[in-house]
Amino acid sequence: MTEAGADGEVLLRVENLVKHFPVKQGVFFKREVGSVSAVEDVSLDVHRGETLGLVGETGCGKSTLARCVTRLYPLTSGNVRFDGADISRLPRRHLRPYRRRMQMIFQDPYGSLNPRRRVGSIIADPLTIHRVASGAERKQRVQELMEVVGLNPEHYNRFPAEFSGGQRQRIGVARALALRPSLIVCDEPVSALDVSIQAQIINLLEDLQAEFGLTYLFIAHNLSVVEHVSDRVAVMYLGKIVEIATVKDLYQSPRHPYTVALLSASVVADPEKARSTNRVVLSGEVPSPLNPPAGCRFHPRCPKAQPICTTVEPPLEVKAGDPASHLTACHFPMQPGERLRGAALKIHEALEEFVGEPVAEERRA
Amino acid sequence: MTRFLIRRSVQGIFTLWVIVTLVFLLYNLGPNDVARAIAGIHATQQDLASVRHYLGLDKPLWDQYGIYISHLVTGNFGISYQNRLSVLHIIGQAVPIDISLAIGAAILWMALGLSVGILAARRPRTVWDRSATVFVLTGLSTPTFILGLLLIYFFFYILTINGIKWFVGPGQYAPFLPNPLIWAHDLILPWVTLALITAATYARLSRSSLLETLGEDYIRTARAKGLSERRVVYRHALRSAVTPIVTQFGIDLATVLGGAIITETVFGLPGLGYTVVRAISVGDLPVVEGIVLVASAFIVVANIVVDALYAVLDPRVRLT
Amino acid sequence: MTLTTVQTVSEGPPVEAGAPPGQAIEGRSPLRLALARLRSDRVALLSAGMIVFVALLAICAPLIEAVTGHNAIASNIATGTDITGQPLGPGVGGFLLGTDNLGRDILVRIAYGAQISLLVGVLATILATVVGTVVGMLAGYFGGWIDAILARMMDTVLAFPYLLLALALGSVAAEPGSRLHAIAGIPLTILVIAFFSWAAIGRIVRGQTLSQKEKEYVEAAHAMGAGNLRILFIDILPNLVAPVIVLGTLLIPTAIVFESSLSFLGVGVPPPKPSWGNMLSDAQTSGFQAWWFWIFPSLALLITTLGFNLLGDSVRDALDPRTERIFAMRRKARFVGGAAASGEAAAGKPDGEVEAG
Repeated sequence: MTEAGADGEVLLRVENLVKHFPVKQGVFFKREVGSVSAVEDVSLDVHRGETLGLVGETGCGKSTLARCVTRLYPLTSGNVRFDGADISRLPRRHLRPYRRRMQMIFQDPYGSLNPRRRVGSIIADPLTIHRVASGAERKQRVQELMEVVGLNPEHYNRFPAEFSGGQRQRIGVARALALRPSLIVCDEPVSALDVSIQAQIINLLEDLQAEFGLTYLFIAHNLSVVEHVSDRVAVMYLGKIVEIATVKDLYQSPRHPYTVALLSASVVADPEKARSTNRVVLSGEVPSPLNPPAGCRFHPRCPKAQPICTTVEPPLEVKAGDPASHLTACHFPMQPGERLRGAALKIHEALEEFVGEPVAEERRA
Repeated sequence: MTRFLIRRSVQGIFTLWVIVTLVFLLYNLGPNDVARAIAGIHATQQDLASVRHYLGLDKPLWDQYGIYISHLVTGNFGISYQNRLSVLHIIGQAVPIDISLAIGAAILWMALGLSVGILAARRPRTVWDRSATVFVLTGLSTPTFILGLLLIYFFFYILTINGIKWFVGPGQYAPFLPNPLIWAHDLILPWVTLALITAATYARLSRSSLLETLGEDYIRTARAKGLSERRVVYRHALRSAVTPIVTQFGIDLATVLGGAIITETVFGLPGLGYTVVRAISVGDLPVVEGIVLVASAFIVVANIVVDALYAVLDPRVRLT
Repeated sequence: MTLTTVQTVSEGPPVEAGAPPGQAIEGRSPLRLALARLRSDRVALLSAGMIVFVALLAICAPLIEAVTGHNAIASNIATGTDITGQPLGPGVGGFLLGTDNLGRDILVRIAYGAQISLLVGVLATILATVVGTVVGMLAGYFGGWIDAILARMMDTVLAFPYLLLALALGSVAAEPGSRLHAIAGIPLTILVIAFFSWAAIGRIVRGQTLSQKEKEYVEAAHAMGAGNLRILFIDILPNLVAPVIVLGTLLIPTAIVFESSLSFLGVGVPPPKPSWGNMLSDAQTSGFQAWWFWIFPSLALLITTLGFNLLGDSVRDALDPRTERIFAMRRKARFVGGAAASGEAAAGKPDGEVEAG
């Protein structure tokens, strides 16, 4: 977390981003018979120097969003502006200079490094591709980078197989840092690591941010990690952003029912607090993005759903009583003090019906 | 499935067309003089000209091609340059021999290959496994004609010289009827030759396929449940391991049916392979084309069947 | 958050058991590891020895010819056959392995045959492997219409009954006056073999490329702005080297057998040049009395193909990382104690083919 807040200048602006993957079928020439709506009309800003966290379940589209932002996928529609310049439709050649300033760290420490190349060469890749340095100077810069991320520079000639998971992730970080980018998109950088190593890598990322003035788009599904690193957080569900706010606002006063359910499910270290937390169990499963629900995409699982939710999509806007930085997409946002009842309620109701009299609610730690 | 069949059938027809066209070009762009080969060395220019005219060789190339293709499509494979017999007739005479060869050899190679492979997979790293590997590598390294010559030498030549006339020499073929026993007896050496070499592939394939399946967790569960090893292997593991074997078998069968050229040449069996070699040496294009078409068609059809079968055997596979 | 000094992680990389600590800086490349495994494999050494023997025979062919004074090609009925015109047996009349029906020294002919087999086998393999790899990479990486065309080409070539067509091609070229006549014989044989082999390699390489394309490090390369060519040659190709080497090594014996089959049928290397294939064809037509006539070329052929097949198998085991895991499990099984670990013990030496992705 840094001191920069929502008032800083905008480094990355996403406007109405849509990404569909066509589903093709056909005998000789495949025709499009449907499409997977991975990202639907997403708009957000990332300010210079801040860390924007992006959370959501698997399949909600956050990785796709990350790849669209870095133009690894072509956009179906919408805009991406990096430092003011519109990079949404630039051809590869013109995109190259921007790639120097916008880098990515990947989730899988075992898959994101080419097993047949030496790590020195892997880290030097950006330098080589953009012809920034060569020969002895390049080697020196790589070794500096290795030191910065906490690796022994003498291991320059080793292969990835000879490193542990945490170290490999450090290699990935070094590679991303090589060109001193402004923005680093971190796609679940710690999800594949052991918890103790996670802490190390997160600390490393934070230190680097402070030292080099980096901006992060930090994608994860672990809410505690996101809370720790982020300045602001956006919550995604089935391709749409359902809530976005500063860390404090989101974790203390979430407005969207989905956010509430997510937060209630996250593991809390304090047993007392855990016992007193109301676990909200959502019914059903995430629908397929091939055929998303009409209206609010969350309505089939929402305990608070009303008829309007099935037809009208709620806009992402500031709700009454919230600061300007807190946006929610819900027709019936949670009020302060309101408790959300999840699926457990149905079991409880059925039990009451069966017994014939009110039954005390059980709490689970 | 229907989509798949349609698509693959059209692709198959396209492939066959390409092959037929290539062979046609091959023979007609070279100065391969069929007329001379047929009319003989002493033929006069006039003889050659009349032969050419009779065979339709004096028409422009495009016309010849067009005529040929249109005939093909209606099932007319043309007439042999050599002996005026209908190509279809020639093929029809030769096919039963290939079928005979294929049936016997296939049964033998499957029995041998699978049993060796299964044995090796069930007892890895033992002497059985090592012997199986030796068998596999020897089989894969031995060219068919060498094994054929070897068998003929030892089982026909040496034995016959010493008075033991158990086996017949090359050139003998008795049709299935009226006496199946003689038919089989005369085919023993060719069957064994073809089977031994092909079995090597199946031994290796079944061994590796079965080994991989036996390493799966669900097999371990079956063992833990207390099932006998026999049951585990034959009722559970084999079912998944059999798929690559089936696919390979389809293709091998089609190849033999289309003419086991070397086996037939070594053993003098007048099947499609033997016939086509003779036709090639004379430049008898219609016969060559006909047999090439038939042989390729077998392979194409086998590929389609095998791919469809793959989807049937393995429910995870989706046909595209 | 205060800036804490980044600690150098003290955990060393997992060093392979037995590697001396000081040496570890250089890094053991997967290929180097494979070479080490190969060196300790007895079968690999044996088969390499067989191949070296045949290669020496081939190289020394002119030497053998000079030493014995017997020409490989010239008909030698006067001194090479006995009174009735039959070939001389091994050891008779200074012919170490005997003579053929034209009185020619079989040893010398086998040596020259070795030259031809190795030359054709290796050259055809190299050609087929290079073409197949390039086509496979392009088809797999670029996809779209490039892939549609190339894959269709490969499927068509694979559907050819290749021996048949090779025969046709060879015989047409053998005609004097044929446009192909200039390259008839050995060059044409090489081309024909290569033509019918590249597609199998191409298909497998295509499959491997397809699966490589989806890997995250390729994505990372894109994210850094690497061009397609760079990704193909620097990121994808090194991962293709292992399967391609295996395929190539196993293709050589196939090519050698292919050549000898073509020569046997009369369409490969034309007589009087000695190829093991046409020597065997001569042997068959002249009957079986002269056993040395066909046993020695057969032995030569068998030793060569067996050697390459064994080597290819060993190379595949050396390059295949699965073997390491199996060896480790076996060691563990011995520790834990036989019968109980029968599940693990069942995973013996994997012999799988390099399958398309």
